[in-house]
Amino acid sequence: MIRSRAITRSLPIASASTSTAAKKLPIRIAIRSLATVSDPPVRHYGGLKDQDRIFTNLYCKHDHGLKGAKQRGDWHKTKEIITKGDSWIIQTIKDSGLRGRGGAGFPSGLKWSFMNKPGWEKDPRPRYLVVNADEGEPGTCKDREIMRGDPHKLVEGCLVAGRAMNANAAYIYIRGEFYQEASHVQQAIDEAYKAGLIGKNACNSGYDFDVYLHRGAGAYICGEETALIESIEGKQGKPRLKPPFPADVGLFGCPTTVANVETVAVAPTIARRGGSWFAGFGRERNSGTKVYCISGHVNNPCVIEEEMSIPLQELLEKHCGGIRGGWQNLKGIIPGGCSVPVIPRSDCEKVLMDYDSLKDAQTSLGTGAVIVMDQTTDMISAIARFSKFYKHESCGQCTPCREGTTWMMNMMDRMVEGRAQEREIDMLLELTKQVEGHTICALGDAAAWPIQGLMRHFRPEVEARLANFHAKNGQTLFGGHLLSETNSKYAIPDNLGGDAIRNISQQISSP
Amino acid sequence: MLRRIAQKNLARVAGPSRARLLSTSAPRQADITLTIDGKEVTVPQGTALIQACEQAGAAVPRFCYHDRLAIAGNCRMCLVEVERSPKPVASCAMPAMPGSKVFTNTPLVHKAREGVMEFLLANHPLDCPICDQGGECDLQDQSMRYGSDRTRFHEITGKRAVENKDLGPIVKTSMNRCIQCTRCVRFANDVAGVEDLGTTGRGNDLQIGMYIEKTMDSEMSGNIIDLCPVGALTSKPYAFQARPWELKKTESVDVLDAVGSNIRVDSRGVQVMRVQPKINDEINEEWISDKTRYAYDGLKYQRLTTPLVREGNRFVPASWETAMETIRHGYLNSGARNDEIKAVAGSLADTEALVALKDLVNRLGSENLTLDSKLGDKPPTQSADIRSNYLFNTAIENVEDADAVLLIGTNPRHEAATINSRFRKSFLHRGAEFAVIGEKFDSTFEYEHIGTSPKDVESFLNGKGNKGFAKIWKEAKKPLLIVGSAVTETQDGAAILKAVGKHVSSNESRFLTPEWTGFSVLQRAASRAAAYDIGFTPSSSASSVKPKFVYLLNADDVDPSTIPEDAFVVYQGHHGDLGAQFADVCLPAAAYTEKSATWINTEGRSQMGRTAVPPPGASREDWKIIRALSEVIGNPLPYDDTLQIRQRMFDISPTLVRYDHIEKPSLEIVKTGLQLLSSLQSTTASSNPLKKPIADFYRTDPISRASVTMADCSKAFTKKQYEISDVDAQAQASFA
Repeated sequence: MIRSRAITRSLPIASASTSTAAKKLPIRIAIRSLATVSDPPVRHYGGLKDQDRIFTNLYCKHDHGLKGAKQRGDWHKTKEIITKGDSWIIQTIKDSGLRGRGGAGFPSGLKWSFMNKPGWEKDPRPRYLVVNADEGEPGTCKDREIMRGDPHKLVEGCLVAGRAMNANAAYIYIRGEFYQEASHVQQAIDEAYKAGLIGKNACNSGYDFDVYLHRGAGAYICGEETALIESIEGKQGKPRLKPPFPADVGLFGCPTTVANVETVAVAPTIARRGGSWFAGFGRERNSGTKVYCISGHVNNPCVIEEEMSIPLQELLEKHCGGIRGGWQNLKGIIPGGCSVPVIPRSDCEKVLMDYDSLKDAQTSLGTGAVIVMDQTTDMISAIARFSKFYKHESCGQCTPCREGTTWMMNMMDRMVEGRAQEREIDMLLELTKQVEGHTICALGDAAAWPIQGLMRHFRPEVEARLANFHAKNGQTLFGGHLLSETNSKYAIPDNLGGDAIRNISQQISSP
Repeated sequence: MLRRIAQKNLARVAGPSRARLLSTSAPRQADITLTIDGKEVTVPQGTALIQACEQAGAAVPRFCYHDRLAIAGNCRMCLVEVERSPKPVASCAMPAMPGSKVFTNTPLVHKAREGVMEFLLANHPLDCPICDQGGECDLQDQSMRYGSDRTRFHEITGKRAVENKDLGPIVKTSMNRCIQCTRCVRFANDVAGVEDLGTTGRGNDLQIGMYIEKTMDSEMSGNIIDLCPVGALTSKPYAFQARPWELKKTESVDVLDAVGSNIRVDSRGVQVMRVQPKINDEINEEWISDKTRYAYDGLKYQRLTTPLVREGNRFVPASWETAMETIRHGYLNSGARNDEIKAVAGSLADTEALVALKDLVNRLGSENLTLDSKLGDKPPTQSADIRSNYLFNTAIENVEDADAVLLIGTNPRHEAATINSRFRKSFLHRGAEFAVIGEKFDSTFEYEHIGTSPKDVESFLNGKGNKGFAKIWKEAKKPLLIVGSAVTETQDGAAILKAVGKHVSSNESRFLTPEWTGFSVLQRAASRAAAYDIGFTPSSSASSVKPKFVYLLNADDVDPSTIPEDAFVVYQGHHGDLGAQFADVCLPAAAYTEKSATWINTEGRSQMGRTAVPPPGASREDWKIIRALSEVIGNPLPYDDTLQIRQRMFDISPTLVRYDHIEKPSLEIVKTGLQLLSSLQSTTASSNPLKKPIADFYRTDPISRASVTMADCSKAFTKKQYEISDVDAQAQASFA
């Protein structure tokens, strides 16, 4: 009880004022009198009721086949949705305020409408929906649960989203390692074809729509939309230059939209229950429900569908049984998968799990993959591991990412040990800035942000590590060279850290 | 196949090329105006921002961008600031937008470029003192502007090391220096048409290579050396030979095929050090073939440097005076009268020499002017009276517009490599269709093989077949029919040309319009067009005369049986090749890099070759030798200097001295020529297969036959006997 009050108190004022007219009862009923001004009702987010869950078989407790899916309400009146036409579906999605669940958070209705530019009917090219099921970001495991338990939601979503953008076919690009998931999705596709739900005259609506499953070969970069398109085309998964955007020239040179599994899979339920139902969850511009996947040092790591804008602390306390060793044992949380900056405990108490609140905390919702790290975590080592991941997964096409990720990894590896000059911390930050925003795709940014987050919030820890190493091994020059191993006959140039060392020795000699 | 579909799709989609598909002429794109560094520029819609910047006078550094290759956008060096864009934009990949404000000289831009430069240099070895690219290295030049004077890269893990690749006898690799710009990959795939080169690995381990150990089997491979912005790909024959600032650069014309590629001859002292392409959009764009580029070392070997006179079974060096006197005696003693004096011109004879020789022989009363090709001692089948019957009337730059191309008895890849790269372009980007009648060849475009024999030509052109290419050919809006020069060298030449003439005449509306000439003959020897232009052909009566005095002008492919044992033979040329063996007197002449001469290419375009180095030893310019001989023989030619002989050429045909210009035959002329072909006297077409005239691309003429590099290439690419060496083991051994 005390805890929940604390949460209410710690809600940022801005969030309350920006929320729409309360759809739930205000917590406190103000007694209105001449002298008092009623506070705007404070809305509390979270606590999604079972009847509002979209993914009802996340844990695979029920039949994932067509029969079970129909029992859970899938493929219900799909024909009606399809026959209502593209603009109706897109308007519904726009009304629902759905934003892309893959990480960037672009409004889905708007994105889908790019496919229906004026005069699109005259374009003889086929049109494609590509579903990005290449879920490879460390920490993220939401799409696989959806595909394993609710594959029919995805297949139905392909049809609904495909109809909205007048696509002829959907390609589901699934990560190669997801064998069981691919089997379930393939089974769902086969069942749906057999039942006439997709294919020629899908659901008897008169609309022809095909769904194909394409298995990837296990490269993180293939999750980038244009690299994914290249990969389906049979080429190396290397991001394309934009423009032209996929909506103009995409898969096989045809108009294409790439969307995340979760985005596509929620579309039929939104269409059935209405945009306003979906928009009723979460804060304005952050509406809906979201599948969060919480991993790390919590008592009960889980994948859970919750309302958007649920306070991060509540999400962890309610569904994950709290932090291992209690809230005070928390060190930092990465709220959106490994590509977003880490936030320290003080921020974790304040943030809501939605796009805007996390952006204000200089991090991002990303995929909703919450990585919890308690005090036992070596934060530098954790971030260094991410750097290694990005070094390994960089496609090597463009210079800043190809050279920068390796360089950053090397520096981070040294910092784990403490084998670095103090000034190299700033140099590393500069390198991240040199990579960020200069690359073809967002992988460069993703490699830079975790390091920036580390230095923003845990810099003292890094400095302590360096000082510790220096105490043991003596001064360290740039690049990790030990002063003791240099030839004392030669002067050490400034760009190797010579001036810094001279300053130190001067300080020592002149007390 | 997938790639082709995708590329066709792209071609159909991507803005500007969409409208240029098939036969529609390029519509004028609307112009847009934008501001670059406060300066307004107007460019056609679809222009890349980097080009717009260039037009505004703002230099943008680049590594991966090349205006003749596909856009990769991966070096990130060309970043510029665009108003209302939060991030700097890669200007090579961004189309210029109307009204946008672009800045190329702001702190943001500098910071971005300096960052990229630091990353590029991080793993780049400090090889400049021992790198052949030094002095003409983009990375070196741009690091002067955007690089730091000292490095921040001191990692104990060290720099990246990459194994070198062995791409064959031409391209030397030093892959540590590679900055992964992928220009070479794009060139190999899109222009050269050998889809071998690619990238393997990813991230920092990304490598350029073939994945398996093999050579780059392309006749255009030398161009990747020019394209490489750093020293990763350098020239093997030129390795460690010279620095670019030591070289004298002379713009000239290549003569090893009939395309007339524009070249730049780089020389040091009396030696040609290398040959580089010179940009000419109407001919070779920016490419030259490996033969053009590397046959130059043949100029050093097997040279005739002093006049030689035969004494028994051996040649004895002589003075010019003695040689000339010997010829005079030989001529008088042979008793040759009129057509018994025979002149034979080879493929490397320049126009001035041809004119002088023709004048001299005509003055001596002979019409026996022949060529050293097969049937070259007969009057040409197609007749040299009408220019369009022996020229590439379509013009090289227009071949890209053809939507269907029929090649008869020719392999453009070997006979005109740079024209072939245009076929590759139209195949990839325009979806042009190709068909071949004649011997099959390893092409850089997909083609339908219709047949091999003259009979097949006849039946195809008579409208047999309704499927595949036959259908496309009938519907093509800009059909292009190319007859190879080898066709006229066969007994069936007349039958084939007759069928061609009839076919083109009956489809005039498609083949011959004011915008489009769809009938072309592809020559393969540099001197042929000029020889036909000046009428260096025998009269029908002369060709049956047994000669007593034979003058071989660069004639090295001459059929020995056409030279009678008892005839007095003079050979004039620069190499001791086949022709010199028959000679009683050899006169040393200048090679194409050593004289200022006129060359007419297969289009009929007149171009000037320039003197890069002096002729070696006692050799002299060709026409001057003939002029001197005319004096000795007692029938002096009426020109004493270059201007006067060019005046004489102008009198013969003004087109010969209208340099860099094509005098296109009018439609009426072309039609007359075709009627002439249609009415040729011919036997019925045989079913003897048409043969490729060039069996070994690398050894076609005296220069390339004398070249060591070309011999290596021939061994590696033609005979496929190249042993991939362990490049790194060699490199390490040199340090041991």
